[in-house]
Formats: sequence, structure tokens, C-alpha cells
Amino acid sequence: MILLSWYRSVATRLFHRSRIDDEMEEELRSHIQHRADDLEASGLDRAQAERRARIEFGGQTRFKEECYDALGGTFVESLIQDVRLTLRGLRKSPGFALVAVLTLALAIGANAVVFAVANTLVLRPLNVPRAQSLYGIERGKEKSPQQSYPDYLDLRDRNRSFEDLAGFSIAAAGLDTGKEPSRVMGYVVSGNYFDALGVQPYLGRFFHGSDEHGPNSAPYLVLAHAYWHSHFQDDRGVVGRVVRLNQRPFTVLGVAPPEFQGTLLFFSPSFWVPMVNNQQLDGASILDARGIRAVMMVIGHLKAGVTPPQAIADLNSVGSYLEKTFPKEDGKMTFTLARPGLFGDSVGGAVRGFMAGLLLLAGLILLGACANLGSLFAARAADRSREVALRLALGSSRNRILRGLFTEAVLISLAGGALGLLGSLALLSELSAWRPIPQTPSLHVPVSPDVTVYLLALALALASGFLFGIVPVRQVLRTDPYQIVKSGPGSGIGRRLSLRDLLLVVQVAICAVLVTASLVAVRGLVRSLDAHVGFEPRNAMVASTILSMGGTSGDGVPEVERRMIDALQTIPGVRSVGLVDFRPLSTSFYAASVFSGNATDLSPSSAAASAFAYRISPGYFHAAGTALLSGRTVSWHDDKGAPRVAVVNREFARKLFGSVAGAVGGYFKMDDGTRLEVVGVVEDGKYLTLAEDPRPAMFLPFPQSPSSWATLVVRSGRDPRQLAAAMRSKLRDVNAGLPFDIQPWTSEMESALFTPRVATVSLGVLGAMGALLAITGIFGMAAYSVSRRMREFGIRLALGAGWREVLQAALGRALKLLACGSAAGLVLGVLASRVLAVIVYQATPRDPLVLAGVALAMLSLGLLATWIPAQRALAADPSALLREG
Amino acid sequence: MPGQAQLLPGTLDLLILKAVSLGPLHGYAVLLRIGQISEQALTIEQGALYPALFRLVRQDLLKASWGVSENNRRAKFYELTALGRKRLREETAGWNRLAEAMASALAAQPEEI
Repeated sequence: MILLSWYRSVATRLFHRSRIDDEMEEELRSHIQHRADDLEASGLDRAQAERRARIEFGGQTRFKEECYDALGGTFVESLIQDVRLTLRGLRKSPGFALVAVLTLALAIGANAVVFAVANTLVLRPLNVPRAQSLYGIERGKEKSPQQSYPDYLDLRDRNRSFEDLAGFSIAAAGLDTGKEPSRVMGYVVSGNYFDALGVQPYLGRFFHGSDEHGPNSAPYLVLAHAYWHSHFQDDRGVVGRVVRLNQRPFTVLGVAPPEFQGTLLFFSPSFWVPMVNNQQLDGASILDARGIRAVMMVIGHLKAGVTPPQAIADLNSVGSYLEKTFPKEDGKMTFTLARPGLFGDSVGGAVRGFMAGLLLLAGLILLGACANLGSLFAARAADRSREVALRLALGSSRNRILRGLFTEAVLISLAGGALGLLGSLALLSELSAWRPIPQTPSLHVPVSPDVTVYLLALALALASGFLFGIVPVRQVLRTDPYQIVKSGPGSGIGRRLSLRDLLLVVQVAICAVLVTASLVAVRGLVRSLDAHVGFEPRNAMVASTILSMGGTSGDGVPEVERRMIDALQTIPGVRSVGLVDFRPLSTSFYAASVFSGNATDLSPSSAAASAFAYRISPGYFHAAGTALLSGRTVSWHDDKGAPRVAVVNREFARKLFGSVAGAVGGYFKMDDGTRLEVVGVVEDGKYLTLAEDPRPAMFLPFPQSPSSWATLVVRSGRDPRQLAAAMRSKLRDVNAGLPFDIQPWTSEMESALFTPRVATVSLGVLGAMGALLAITGIFGMAAYSVSRRMREFGIRLALGAGWREVLQAALGRALKLLACGSAAGLVLGVLASRVLAVIVYQATPRDPLVLAGVALAMLSLGLLATWIPAQRALAADPSALLREG
Repeated sequence: MPGQAQLLPGTLDLLILKAVSLGPLHGYAVLLRIGQISEQALTIEQGALYPALFRLVRQDLLKASWGVSENNRRAKFYELTALGRKRLREETAGWNRLAEAMASALAAQPEEI
């Protein structure tokens, strides 16, 4: 009964709020009129009587509020009332509302984005059943995940800790489905791959370990759901069809489920084929090569009850068997376990570190934003202390006023959170669609924000709302209505260092760190764009292909390559044409151990160096713009029958022969025992990353060590688009079935610029946000202190103070805090930039330009932020201000 | 004013119920009636009456309707509901018991102990 009437009254009040308001108003008015009637009857005139009646009645506001309370169920209702009141208040100061909401939106948006990416890359496991027990195996101290195929077989068959072990690699192939052959990326996997992971097919069936019967015995192909959707239009009849992969027939067995995108988080494949057929894909026969680490990673589920340390001990016992049995191929064989998904610890460690750093910075930004909003709210409360005092004097309870303040804080934080989340969703969908390296569209980060991200944003919004809502509480609790109404705000200026000051210094320091870091990164990026990388990517086109995609392999390769070089040379305006298997600074490379010329022990541990190996044509150095320092380059006579020769770079010469001069004519050995003569030395270059130290490299004549990867470098002053068309037609004449990827070399450099770019963009964005926060923070602080001391400034001006003294009094403190924070931040930023140097080429904070840039940036931020408060202080009108008191 | 008693907490509701039990009244008249029946010994702050009235309406002890007063002004009249009448009886009995107990306790003489 009571409950029912409670509901009824709440409902009535929710929907007939204004009617109740009117009725209450009318009832109180009627009361006062009746009282006035009585007073009039006792001899007062009407006006006096009404006035007296109103005074006798007491604070109408308070009684009305109490009436509302008496109506029961007041929580929802007073909440609505509070919200309405707050909205009205915010509408009166749109500038404050806008700054507060935007500040918070930025901070929460940044956190949501960083968290969503971290969630996808680091926190969330691979999308396979029982992902918790799935581990990847890493080898040796360098934690290399690669194993050779025979070693993989031994690990799989001899361990007792894993349910099963599967191996996978990535391969590119020309896929011909009856239309134009296209270049696609996919996985080459062991036959038990899907069974070991426990993944079920979406359509058709998967291949199994039992399908493997020796080399090239399982020409089966499983399609990824996305590729099936985009290239086969969800055609269920695709199962059983025969497609051509590198011109070899493969039968489509089935389609993988949409949520399964392989076993690397940043790579979405188009297909899976069995590893026993690897030779048909890239021409290399890896199945018996114990020395070639061709299996990219070996993964498997631990058996129930087996702990990782037990599994490692078990693997190491297999390892010592391998060491003893194959001392030549397998050096030290110790193993560790790592989470798969980010390619073990080699990539995963760096990614995790980077993400942890970003999360920390984003967290700092949120904290800074809260400190900031706290100051803004305190400033606002100070500006409104008169209103608060008046409401207190009129009988409103402190509780009610505090609730109002909190409502305001929570409203703003929710609005900021919603806006931030929307922004981050837009950014994340951009990020998911982003293909960082255009040549490898399968390489990307599919970030899909899930419930965790939304919840995080909501929690952050509410938590920060309460955090900065708390700041003005003490102020309100201390408010003495009589004092304030009597003397106006501004009595008692806190001179000691308050929590707010400390927060501001911290915040400015964070900002300075971010600004330093982003400037260092930007500077590094600019330098790496200008840096000499050992070749000249400008005015050069590159056409890359894999000859096995066109069905050419083995001894036929050099002949086809020569024909392609000759064909391209006939294009008018072409200055030089060269061929190389993998371009330096692309995603692919080949490195090998090299030994001194008289070495007899060719085990990996006694190698003189590990050198990048490139197969080149005679014209390559000329076309690439690499300078020859000494000796000669390779010639057309260095063919299969001729003595083996090599051109090496300066670092190689220094490491193996001591000097450039001593290298020419010297000999060195490869790990298969081949002895090569050094015929020339070229300058050093960058091969893997822009940030790397000089590393040894050797260049071998292409007919002496054929491989099916080929990149043709064409140097010409011609318009790239015309040239590309001409190149395409010439190459089609040589082999019509071969897919070519033709690009200016500069755009092919994307992959090398990827990490510095990601670092620069993320640090740049965080730096900009830090700067924005510093502006609002200093602004809040300066505006607050100015508004508190307007009367003082008025008096100072009235007593003849100049603008210099007033500004000193108004902003001295804010600027001092700014200077402290900036100095601390700069020092921290310089220290933090050492970490950056790993990612960004030549990132050194001890760069006068960077230091000056940071100082200038902080100074201009300070000026920008204090501009408006300074104007306000100077505009203090003594007479008006003194009258107000 | 001499002879005025402090209103004990919780007694305002009972006084209002009593005042209204003698016939429908508007807010101001409730005040006058309380003054009258307590022979001006009890006065209530004028504004404080209304939260109490609203509370009693919400508890279904009173019901309210708009009408015209003896001064020919629109006013909201309150009257007892059945529930209110019952509550008044119970509270009155309870109050009397308490008052008697208090009175006899306070009248106790040393020799009676």
C-alpha cells in the first residue's frame, strides 16, 4: 500500500512536476494572503500586511525543498532537479563547460584508444579454444622463435609436455583462381596445425597430420573467411575446387571461421597450406634442412597439469639430445616458453613495453586532466562563493549544495567520457582499417573495442568526476554565508604550497616530458628521412615479384632475370637497371653466418660475423646509388661456372679483414664451406631498421646463388606513373603470368619508417594533449587566483600600482609553478628519450634545437594560458570592485 | 510570549491530525485552529506546517482538495482519511498513556519510594 502510493507519488511528480510546483506555489501564496488578511484586519495597510506576512512565513525556498523531501522517494527526483539546475548553471558559463568537457574527452579518449590497442595486442589472448594453455617455444638466449623443420619434428615427437606441437610460417604466393593472378599472404603450417589449436572449420574440412605423406604430398588449401568473403563472394561451392598457387594446383578443402585469423595478432592471412608442400611455394626444400630455421614458430597446448617450468625442462632434455646428435647444425639448444600472438618475446617484448609506456603516459594525462578540472572547479566554486553563500543564507542545506556540485562534476565527466569514447571509436576504426605497410595488406592491427573498453571509459569518467568533484568540497563546507555576503569573496589568500599547486607542477612536468618526447621523436623522424641509408630511394622505381609464382624455379631463374633486366633497359629515359633479391629496409631479408677464409670449424658459435646477404645483378649498385669504395662490382662473367665472388660493405671489411684496403682480394667462408673472394667494397647502409648500428652485409652475383625473390630497381628521371606502365608492359612480354608490384622506391620505404612513424605519431598526439592540458591547467590556476584577488588588484590600482606590479601579483605564482614543472619535465624527458633512441633513428635529446624547442613551447603555452586572466586582472576597475564589497 | 510550550518532536503531526479532525481546513486555518485548541499555548512556525502536511498526505492520513475559503480566496483544504482517523485514535491513546506516566512519575514524592 505504502509502496504503491510511493510509486504513484514518484510517478506523479516525475510527470507532473511543473503542476506540483505551481500548486505548491499557490498554496503558500494563499497562506500568506490569509495571514495578510488577518494582519490587515488588525489595522495595517495592505502592502505592509503582505510584507509582514511574508517575513513571518520564513524561507520559502527551504520549506519548498522540505515539502519535496516530504513527498518521498526524493532521490530520483532531486537528482532530476539537480541535473536540471546544473544544466541551467552550465548554460550560463558555456566556456567553462566546454573546456571541462573537452579536457576530459581528450583524456578519456586517449585512454580508451591506448587501452583498446593494448587490450587487442597484449591483454587479449589469441582467439583459439583454451588460449591460456597455449605457448610458443623460443630457442636460446636470444629467444628466437624460429626452428628448423627437422628440429620441429623432433620437438613434436620427443616432448612429453604438450598435447601436440604445431609449426607455422608466413608465405607470399601468387593465387590464381581463374582470373588475374594476385599476390596474397598466408600461412604455411604443419598438418596438425588446426587440430593442435582445436579450431573447427566454418565450411568444408581442414587438413590433418594424416594428410602428410612426404614432400608435396598434400596440395590442399584452407581459405580465410575474409578472403573467401571478398574473393569468392561467400560461395559455398568453393569446397573441392582446384585453384593454382604459384601455378601449382591446390584443392580448396574448407574455410576457417571468421574469428580465427591465424596465430599472429597483427597478421591476417588469406590462406593456410601444409608445410610439406612448401617447396611448391617458395622453391626452397626445407623439410630435411636442419640448419635452416624455416619454421617461424612452434606452438602448442600444454597438457593438463603440466606447468611451464616442467615443460621447459622437458624441452631442454630434447634440446640436449639434438645438441649431441647434430652438433654441426644445432648449436646450443635451450628453450623457453612465450605467449604466442606477438611472435614471442622478440616482437612481443618491444610491443608490450611500448604499450605499457603509452598506458602509463595516458594514465598520467588522465591524472593531469583531473588535477586540471579540480582547479577549474575550485576556481568556479570561488567565483560562485557569493551564490553559494546566498543559497545557504536562504536556508538551502550544505548537503544540497554539495550534491549540486557533484552532479555538475559527474555530468561533465559523463559528457566528456561519452565524447571521448566516440572520438576514440572513430580513431580505432581508422586504425583497424590502416595498412601500415601498403605492400603487405595482411599486416595490420584489427582493433575491435569490446565491452571492457566501454566499461573502462565509463569507470574512468565516473572516477575522474568524483576525483575532481571533491576538490571544491572543503571550500563549500567552510563557506560562512555571513562573512561572504558581508565582505565578498577574496578574504584570506592561501600563501602556502597547496595540493593544487603540487598537482599543477606535476601536470606541467608531465606535459614537458610529453613535449620533449614528441619533439625528440619528430626530430628523429625528420633526420631519418634525410639520413643516408646506403642507397638513394628518390628517382627510382622498384618492381618486385617472386619468380616461383610464375612457375620459374631452380636453374631457370637467372636466365629469366637477365631477360627482365635487358627488357627494362630498353625503356627510353632509363639510366640504369639493377636486380636484388630483397630490398634493404624492406620486411624481408636473409642473413647468414660467415667465417674467416681459413676456418675449419663451421658451427654457428665460431662464426666471425652474421651478415646480411643480398643477391645482385651487375647494375645494382649503380641503379641503387650505392657508392663503390674499392675494387670492382660483380660482373656478367661471375656466373655459375666462374669462381665464387662477393662484394662486401665497409663494416664487413672492417670486421673480417680489419680495413677496406685489406679486404679486396681476401677470402671468407659461408656456413656450407663455400669459399668466396672479395672483389669490391661498398659503403655501409641501413638494412633492417633506420636506427640500427652499422652491420656487415655481403652482395653476391645472382647467377651464383639463385633464389626466386626478385626486385628490379630502375633509375630514371621520368614521371613514375608513365614509367610504371612502361615497366609493366615490358615485364609482361617476358612472363605474362608473373604478378609484379611496381612502386616508387620512396613509397616502398614505408615499412622501414613504420616504427619511427608510429612512435612519432603516438608521442606527437600525446605531446599535443599534454600541451593542451598544461594550457587549461595554468589557465585554471591563473584565472582562479585572479578571480580571488580582484578586489586586491582594484585597491592596488587605486593606490597607483602600475600594470607591471599587478601582473606580478596576479601571475607570478602561476609562472613560477610553470617554470618549476617545465624544468623537472625537461630533465625527465631527456632521461626518457634514451628509451626512444631504440625506436627512433638518432633520437638524441641533447640536441640544442630540441631543448630550445621545449623551452619555447612551454613559454608560449604559459603566455597563452595566462593571457585571459592577465587581461582580466588589468581590467580591474577599482571603483566598481570596491563598491561591490 | 509567556505561557508558550516548546513543541516536542513528533507532536506536530498529531496536532495537525487533531485540528483537521474537527472539520476540513486549509493550511493557515490549521495553524489558527491549533492555536485556538491549545489556547495559544502552542504555536508553530508558519512555513514548517507545509512539509508536515505534505508528509501526512503522502502517508494517506490526510487528503487534500482545492476550495474557496471564508475570505473568498482559493485554498487547499485538508481532511482526515479513514486511515488518518484511526491513526489519530491510536496516537491520542498512546500520548495520553505517556502523559499520565510522565505526570505520575514527576509527581512522585520521596515517601512513596
